[in-house]
Amino acid sequence: MSRELELGLYVFLLATFLGLELIRRVSPLLHTPLMSLTNAISAIAVVGSILVAGEQRSALSTVLGTLAVTCSVINLVGGYLITYRMLRMFRKSGKGKP
Amino acid sequence: MIERIIPLIYIGAAGSFILALKWLSAIPTARRGVIVGAAGMALAVIGTLLKPEIESYRWIAVAFVAGTAIGIPMAMMPMTAVPQRTALSHAFGALAAALVGTAEYYLRAPAIGRFTMAALALEVLLGFLTFTASLMAFGKLQEILPQRPITFRFQNSLNLSLLGLAAAAGATLVFRPETSWLFPVFGALALAFGVLLIIPIGGADMPTVISLLNSYAGLAAAAMGFVLDNQLLIIAGALDGSSGLILSVIMCRAMNRSFTNVLFGAFGQIQAAGGTGQERRAVRSASPEDAAGILLAAERVIVVPGYGMAVAQAQHKVRELYDALTKAGVDVKFAIHPVAGRMPGHMNVLLAEADIPYDRLVEMEEVNSDFPQAGAALVIGANDVTNPAARHDRNSPIYGMPILDVDKARTVLVIKRSMNPGFAGIDNELYYSDRTLMVFGDAKTVVGNIVRELAGGRDTV
Repeated sequence: MSRELELGLYVFLLATFLGLELIRRVSPLLHTPLMSLTNAISAIAVVGSILVAGEQRSALSTVLGTLAVTCSVINLVGGYLITYRMLRMFRKSGKGKP
Repeated sequence: MIERIIPLIYIGAAGSFILALKWLSAIPTARRGVIVGAAGMALAVIGTLLKPEIESYRWIAVAFVAGTAIGIPMAMMPMTAVPQRTALSHAFGALAAALVGTAEYYLRAPAIGRFTMAALALEVLLGFLTFTASLMAFGKLQEILPQRPITFRFQNSLNLSLLGLAAAAGATLVFRPETSWLFPVFGALALAFGVLLIIPIGGADMPTVISLLNSYAGLAAAAMGFVLDNQLLIIAGALDGSSGLILSVIMCRAMNRSFTNVLFGAFGQIQAAGGTGQERRAVRSASPEDAAGILLAAERVIVVPGYGMAVAQAQHKVRELYDALTKAGVDVKFAIHPVAGRMPGHMNVLLAEADIPYDRLVEMEEVNSDFPQAGAALVIGANDVTNPAARHDRNSPIYGMPILDVDKARTVLVIKRSMNPGFAGIDNELYYSDRTLMVFGDAKTVVGNIVRELAGGRDTV
């Protein structure tokens, strides 16, 4: 097993447990924004997409990369905007819209 | 120099994602959470653009413009469409992961390590199957495809053998990455499995399925992190993976069903068969006028919203009802079942959109003790989550599912279009109780009429 792989598995393990602990604390009231936010975070695939699109290693990889950047940017922009829109709607009684 | 800064930028991005989820846990900090999450994503993008490996920015720029042009209108969809929007967004994220995996395979194979190839295969498998599965879920939620589960003989065996074939193709590629003809077959199997996975799933199971797809999209990104040796991808992917997992578990628990049962059980079909042969009993119906009187006299009212409220777009009328009753001194609460609607938390977002304060929305465990003290319960477009058979009828398909104890309220008002059974195809014995009055009609119209009665019929339209 390579050093990178070993490190990667440690990181994966710790991040999964951290995720489970963090998400368990989220109020059920906010489950839709939560899913919407984690959906936006899964647009992190944009990192790999940019590399494949920009490295210009073959015509095929540039095409696939460009498509992948488009898809992940749709995911990213749409995800964050709608989460923000949703959260702006939640207000307490007796208060106007923030 | 720049190469030394990039890891720091990535670490900042990872920290931002963790903070984003932490702050999302409560409403006062939630918006800050989204902003810091978006900042983290900006850091990730900037860090990647700074990488010296990038030869040309032309196509990246084109793709950013195109993605933004499609992404913004998708974020402006109405709140009732949030479940299908989320499904569609999952599809795009997952497709991106699958495409990157495909590109990496053709760039690197056959000189690719065994473990990297395994991660790549997982990335492509999860990416492609989540892509088609999310598109199917989108189609069902948008009602382009039939919402009822579609089942046929040997369906489960077909699905499992397809998954087995995909796994076998993936394993072959891991040990013999040079068999490049197999790669497109592998991708096609993953795409086909995604379609078949959603075919037998009905509308009421969507909350679980969307959560599960959320998890898969995250895991595909984490697998990409292993392929590219990128810890940021691993962290973000793992956070998403665990989030989707927790939500699916919560949804399954709220329906008293197991994962396998949701994925392979084809709920609706079985129930439709079990629910036949019941004699029609008499129900009592009431007019909006009667309903308005009962609600005014109730002192405490608990409203139970369900998917029917979303379909009828009745949330704004419900807000008017809430305002009118509150003004008349009636205490109004909203009881939220975890699986009400088509995704976790769906009802909360709809009611918040209609400007109903969030401290009036109460979860199932908390609100159930309030029903016996409530003068009236008003059920709007909810069905199976109020069926008392879940508590006592061992033969009922929903036996054991936690429900809202609506039947314990002094009077139960049910707004419903007709006596057709709900999604699960089972009769709801609540409707035949002596305490229940049915108000037939479209939820939006009926609630509007009740509001008009409460206002003394002043502004007749």
